[in-house]
Amino acid sequence: MSGPSKYQPTTALGKWFHERLPIVAFAKDHAMDFPTPKNLNYWWTFGGILAVMLVVQIITGIVLVMHYTPEATLAFSSVEHIMRDVNYGWMIRYMHFNGASFFFIAVYIHMFRGMYYGSYKAPREVLWMIGVIIYLIMMATAFMGYVLPWGNMSFWGAKVITNLFSAIPFVGTEITTWLWGGYAVDNPTLNRFFSLHYLLPFVLAGVVILHIWALHVPGNNNPTGIEVKSEKDTVPFHPYYTMKDGFAIVVFLIVYALFVFYGPNYMGEPVNYTPANPLSTPAHIKPEWYYLPFYAILRSIPNKLFGVLAMFSSILILLFLPWLDTSRVRSGKYRPVFKLEFWVFAAVCVALGYIGSKPPDGAYVLWGQVLTVYYFAHFIIILPLIGLLEQPKVLPNSISDDVLAHSTASK
Amino acid sequence: MSKRPDLGPKRGPIVMRVRDVADAAHDTVNRRDFLMIATGAVAGVGAVMTAWPFIHQMNPDAAVLALASMEVDLSSIAEGQEVILKWRGNPVFVRHRTKAEIDAAKAVKMEDLKDPSARNLNGKDSDAATDENRVVGGKEQFLVMMAVCTHLGCVPIGNSGEFAVVQGNTKSGGWFCPCHGSQYDTAGRIRKGPAPENLPVPPYKYLSDTKIQIG
Amino acid sequence: MKKLASILVAASALVAFSGLAHAEAEKSAKPVGFSFEGPFGTFDKGQLQRGYKVYKEVCAACHSMKFVAFRNLADKGGPGFTEAQVKALAATFKVHDLNDKGEAVDRVGLPSDYFPSPFANDDAAKAANGGALPPDLSLITKSREGWHGTFNQLVNGIGGPQYVYSLLTGFEKEPEDVAKDKPDGKYYNPYFQNGIWIAMPPPLSDGQVTFDDGAPNKLEDEAKDVAAFLAWTAEPKMEERKQVGFEVLIYLAILAGLLYGVKRKIWAAIH
Repeated sequence: MSGPSKYQPTTALGKWFHERLPIVAFAKDHAMDFPTPKNLNYWWTFGGILAVMLVVQIITGIVLVMHYTPEATLAFSSVEHIMRDVNYGWMIRYMHFNGASFFFIAVYIHMFRGMYYGSYKAPREVLWMIGVIIYLIMMATAFMGYVLPWGNMSFWGAKVITNLFSAIPFVGTEITTWLWGGYAVDNPTLNRFFSLHYLLPFVLAGVVILHIWALHVPGNNNPTGIEVKSEKDTVPFHPYYTMKDGFAIVVFLIVYALFVFYGPNYMGEPVNYTPANPLSTPAHIKPEWYYLPFYAILRSIPNKLFGVLAMFSSILILLFLPWLDTSRVRSGKYRPVFKLEFWVFAAVCVALGYIGSKPPDGAYVLWGQVLTVYYFAHFIIILPLIGLLEQPKVLPNSISDDVLAHSTASK
Repeated sequence: MSKRPDLGPKRGPIVMRVRDVADAAHDTVNRRDFLMIATGAVAGVGAVMTAWPFIHQMNPDAAVLALASMEVDLSSIAEGQEVILKWRGNPVFVRHRTKAEIDAAKAVKMEDLKDPSARNLNGKDSDAATDENRVVGGKEQFLVMMAVCTHLGCVPIGNSGEFAVVQGNTKSGGWFCPCHGSQYDTAGRIRKGPAPENLPVPPYKYLSDTKIQIG
Repeated sequence: MKKLASILVAASALVAFSGLAHAEAEKSAKPVGFSFEGPFGTFDKGQLQRGYKVYKEVCAACHSMKFVAFRNLADKGGPGFTEAQVKALAATFKVHDLNDKGEAVDRVGLPSDYFPSPFANDDAAKAANGGALPPDLSLITKSREGWHGTFNQLVNGIGGPQYVYSLLTGFEKEPEDVAKDKPDGKYYNPYFQNGIWIAMPPPLSDGQVTFDDGAPNKLEDEAKDVAAFLAWTAEPKMEERKQVGFEVLIYLAILAGLLYGVKRKIWAAIH
């Protein structure tokens, strides 16, 4: 935010407080007056939606902890106690359980929006990288949360995912033993996962503040990808985007509520309503849907160490995206070749997710390998080449010109 | 939204106002205000309604509310003895009182009592704190009451305090709370100290001559 | 370009949803309908009471139901037994407890007790059942899938109650080609999720349980009633959930409409 604050304390008490802690001015500048491009479309509302989902998860989570017992012999029955005996316990638990899925739905839309409109490009590289870190913390938090009900998929998911670290040369076994606190996933594992699952969301909230800070230095990207040139290009965040985001948030909550109240177990695995059994692996072990593309990449490589490396690389490569995209034009709107390839890439990600949900045999393995190769080629080969070779469309002069052109065209 | 909310200052008949250009602009502002107020009100009501499940979840759950009642065999409690049992998480005194203790309790004048109410959940709220109203008729020797000081919840110590029956060197009946010094007599009535009420009698009934069920 | 993109997304979504359904059981569950299906479906109290009787007289001999308490049978949205009925039916069970001297005793059940397990522990249950563990039935309709497919389950649910119904009515004479593989003490059931051989003998038959309300008691009726009862034990708050959900959705729809109006009014001057 540049320039002096528009906040002027009107009362003597307000002035007294402002001179000592200018928090009201800070909040007004960043949550109300912040100049925001006036052409943001509904894909830009998912940032606000994500903030709401984080709050929903933290509040429902704190409430669940009041009734949950992180102990291997009691965890499963304490969840059933919440579902059956606690006042509105069933609702709060279903909100938390489906909230994780909807958190990921929103974050994936948010990420693909950033990729389509080139929101990661200079000067927003750090903003994007903090976003990738948020995504990583989300994945770790969701994984540990999934272990807590101590159902049979919880148990085997914990075992399989922690075993990824056994692929590390020389010290792999020591690391898994350290993670488990024993020779297998057991009560000590459950306890530490509980502790971290409670801690990480607050870390997440802190990193989200950094994310917003890094957003408010250069300001928002927008669908044209052109920087704001004058005040004419912007509107104050409040009431313009508070109301637009508010509407989008409520629509998102309607879809969320449909699942919470009418299909609360659709996102889950039926096997997880069977208590953990260390002697019997479920017939088809698979992670929650939001990990499936990476799980498919893991299984595509017929070597333990390289499979694990490929999986982690597939996420960490996002950190380098700002430099892998060589295009001088930011928004995919003006990049005809990229635009097409973007949708191919999105389809590849969905297809990888589908492969990840299937048993690792036959044609699924081959398809998984083909798609994995494409996934990495997109970042390392295709994106840099498109940026160099494609002829972008002519950009409008300013955000206002673009808005004006569209409103006259539609009349 | 077909009707115009009449929030602006009245300047004449409505028919006139509709044609008034300046007023039409004013009217738009009013409509916007009305919409804003309605939205704000609906959002506020929603926030309050959403808060309720998150508050109510901390109330006793169905399993706690359904906690079992407890049976006590009185035949194993000798005269002059008391037992402390746990019922719904709280301690309960069951005391087999001596004749001297009962007589001492009956001799107390009503005006000497700090709390004139019987505090017996098996009787009426208006019952006076007579010894008869604290026990079951014909079974005066058995005093059943919560062992929770009505001051701040400590367990009073039996056979002690200024209102116990003194026989030689020993005291019998009467309770003294070690936390803040409240004194209860041989019927469990508050007589001295900071506690405001008599020790309450929980709901209980006789299943047989020597067996009661608490709860 | 936009069209092409949406076609690609639609195609990939179609692949993801239609998929080759990977059935675990030999046959998908029979698509029998229940009163509690759909957004407004509720439990049929009479059916739940009959299902309870089937559980009590047949299933309870081997299967525990440890997350359900007798008091739940009088809960709102359940079988609708009265408090007095629950007290009486709880008393027909023996419950392990300790007396005031700390000795293990069996006493009559109270409404606050949970359904007692027929075996002391899982190992005892296995030993008494030829090595196979009769699963706890509290959550059985939420932990078993009658059919598969991402889209199919979104529309029709996972088919848990249908799985139970199909399993109970699905015992058949084994086909010729697999007969020679029949393990000792196992029965042929193509609806079973772990292969075709199940250790449970056919538990129900025509007229086995006589219902107090005189409802028909063919095998199919008994199986359907107990499947409905087990749908309730797995999701006892279903009716409350749908009721609250309806109110929440109405509220959110109104709020969304108002916010859209506000948003349009505010933005009117900008575009």
